[in-house]
Amino acid sequence: MQPGVVIVGGGQAGLEAAALLRTQGYAGTVTLICEEPHAPYQRPPLSKEFLTGKQEVDRVFLRTLAYYEKQRIDLILEECVTEINTGAKLVHLAGGGTVSYAHLILAVGARNRPLPARGAENALYLRSLEEAVTLKQRIAEARHGIVVIGGGFIGLEVAAAARTAGKTVAVIEAAPRLMARAVSPVLSDFFLDLHQAQGTEVLLNTVAVEVRPDAVMLENGRRIAADLVVVGIGVIPNVELARAAGLEANDGIMVDEYMRTVDPAIFAIGDCAEHPNVFAGGRARLESVQNAVDQARCVARVITGQPEPYRDVPWFWTDQFEIRFQMAGLSGAHDKSVLRGSVQASKFSVFHFKQGRLLAVDSVNRVADHITARKMLAAGTPLTPEQAADETVDLKQLAAAG
Amino acid sequence: MPNVTYISHAGETTTIDVPMGTTVMENAVKNGIEGIVAECGGAMLCATCHVYVDPAFVDKLDPIGEEQDEMLAATAAERKPNSRLSCQIRMKPELAGLIVRMPDRQY
Repeated sequence: MQPGVVIVGGGQAGLEAAALLRTQGYAGTVTLICEEPHAPYQRPPLSKEFLTGKQEVDRVFLRTLAYYEKQRIDLILEECVTEINTGAKLVHLAGGGTVSYAHLILAVGARNRPLPARGAENALYLRSLEEAVTLKQRIAEARHGIVVIGGGFIGLEVAAAARTAGKTVAVIEAAPRLMARAVSPVLSDFFLDLHQAQGTEVLLNTVAVEVRPDAVMLENGRRIAADLVVVGIGVIPNVELARAAGLEANDGIMVDEYMRTVDPAIFAIGDCAEHPNVFAGGRARLESVQNAVDQARCVARVITGQPEPYRDVPWFWTDQFEIRFQMAGLSGAHDKSVLRGSVQASKFSVFHFKQGRLLAVDSVNRVADHITARKMLAAGTPLTPEQAADETVDLKQLAAAG
Repeated sequence: MPNVTYISHAGETTTIDVPMGTTVMENAVKNGIEGIVAECGGAMLCATCHVYVDPAFVDKLDPIGEEQDEMLAATAAERKPNSRLSCQIRMKPELAGLIVRMPDRQY
């Protein structure tokens, strides 16, 4: 059998790459190597609809098993790639044996950053389906209190689910504001108010030094009773396999705008890929469904001979309590922000600009603004801060005009 | 089990079984039916699972909520009175045999 495409990693990026190769007409073999015992599933609901009980576990799977058979995608479960032999173009499997490739796609993702504190092994983390099932059960069982360490997206989604379940919840964040890595201060303040209004204790500028079976100890000496401690303090990209194969890796596996590593037969996509991103104004590594799906599309096009550079607008979302928060673009470098709508009514967007050019839009319960912003960012539609702040200006019309 | 028929923009017809309580979108995606993208996985925030519902079934659908209404205004293909986001169409007995048509594009 002729070597085809081998995809390492059964997250959403890996699955979408396999599926999109078929959609794009790729006729060779496609092998998807998954470390977990399950066929690929969606991760976003694990900290949202699944955790709050709105969605059953069997609904998180991305495809039916029949789909893989029909599309001739060879799904290998519970298997790891231990080594890439770039000269012979084959990968070694932990369970023995090798798989040859013509093209290799590394969609190896990231792993949770461990808490640098004593007793961290007493805490739970959330990334996999198993971890989500365990966490849901432990939230239901918690009697004295739940402490969430990390005030980022995952931590706050878990905190919201736990609070919605009626539990006593505290969030501990080392930074001076919530979700500091991803959102601007006005949004951090909004979410701080939201969680506090729901009865969650939020401790900023606070470091946990020890996790005990019944409590969390803070740097300032305070003890917070907890029979469940959840840690969500970010991830570490899985670059080791690539690096051992001689591929360049910094924060992530280095790729160009076609997702190619320095080895022309090897690509990297999704959470593990450090790529040139026009919206970041430089290299970036993004952890999102958008990035996983659009990079999968990019690599499928390259392999099937229809290359187009990766230039998709980044977007993200989080659901906390009844708030739907969506981000389009990357706001990090902004020098001016304007408000559209009402923070008090929990229905607003913040438009971020750099030197008068639209960079990103953060929308709270304003789905239409979000969709319109994505169109504008993709097309480079001119928009002034004054127009953005003026509710009488029809953004949809501006976007349609390009 | 009730079924749903998906008709692609090119006219290709696929009929699949759809369990009660699951959505028209998720069954399309899980079975690899092209033409429904659903980038957001059903969280109602991408408007890429737009379908046109066969007129015979429109009256049997749940009313369009405010959020879906806003999203439908942002679809890539033309919005029609029978436009819906397929992530918001949940299978129920009255919808057995449902027919949906896909637009020419989702983004």
